[in-house]
Amino acid sequence: MRSKRYALAEKERCVACGACMKECPREAIRIYRGCYAQIDEEQCVGCGKCAGICPASCIQLLQREVEA
Amino acid sequence: MNKKKHWYDYLWIWSIVYFSLGFFNILFAWLGMIDFMVPLLFAVIGGNKGFCNRYCGRGQLFAVIGGSAKCSRGKAAPRWLSSKWFRYAFLVFFLCMFGNIIFQTWLVASGANTLREAIKLFWTIRIPWGWTYTAGMVPDWIAQFSFGFYSLMLTSTLIGLIVMIFYKPRTWCSFCPMGTMTQGICKIRNNLSRGRS
Ligand code: SF4
Ligand code: SF4
Ligand code: SF4
Repeated sequence: MRSKRYALAEKERCVACGACMKECPREAIRIYRGCYAQIDEEQCVGCGKCAGICPASCIQLLQREVEA
Repeated sequence: MNKKKHWYDYLWIWSIVYFSLGFFNILFAWLGMIDFMVPLLFAVIGGNKGFCNRYCGRGQLFAVIGGSAKCSRGKAAPRWLSSKWFRYAFLVFFLCMFGNIIFQTWLVASGANTLREAIKLFWTIRIPWGWTYTAGMVPDWIAQFSFGFYSLMLTSTLIGLIVMIFYKPRTWCSFCPMGTMTQGICKIRNNLSRGRS
């Protein structure tokens, strides 16, 4: 079952430090070419650990669209 | 959940070893150049932030002290601290300070200045550090650079520790000059390669 929430990193403000990547229990995050964090929406379980650790506070948890 | 630990997850020990060595012999400060060159190599050759993401002992040190040892309030830092203008301004400031170290080294090398066996914290507080160096061991300029570079490393780590306590553990990483520089290089590389294809 998919989680209700998922994390989204704001590309523009991300500093690509990788703190979120280390924190994620699902290995859902990678740092795209040293530029910004990319979160795999499908892997993400919406635990919010990444958002909690991000020093730039640029990760938001969003509600997933409800599937019909 | 505990993730599998890799050897490089222990590089925070290196950070502590580095500062300890400089306490006994300042010439070890030169080893800090590794932390200067390796991130750039990752960025320029690999086009990634492999250093920040895996191997940076300093980032890990903040994560360990602030995170695992809970010496951090874990509050969100003010937004301007990770804003582009502040990050680039801080990078420029840092490069100027690095340039100044080179300049001081050159002054000593050329004989215009004599070696000062002291470190300077926060670019203002001078602390005698003479016991870590016996005059004549190496040419004076090599020692001068050591004192300067060690000061820069120590100052930046202290700033990092301060923001670690007040904000999130790795707050330093959001405006770390090396982090800004390597991300900047990666972005330029990425734009270039996208332009080509
Ligand atoms: S919310 Fe949890 S699972 Fe999703 S990316 Fe962040 S740390 Fe990983
Ligand atoms: S922790 Fe935040 S700033 Fe660092 S890579 Fe992840 S999203 Fe980007
Ligand atoms: S941003 Fe600076 S301190 Fe943080 S991991 Fe990268 S090089 Fe290390």
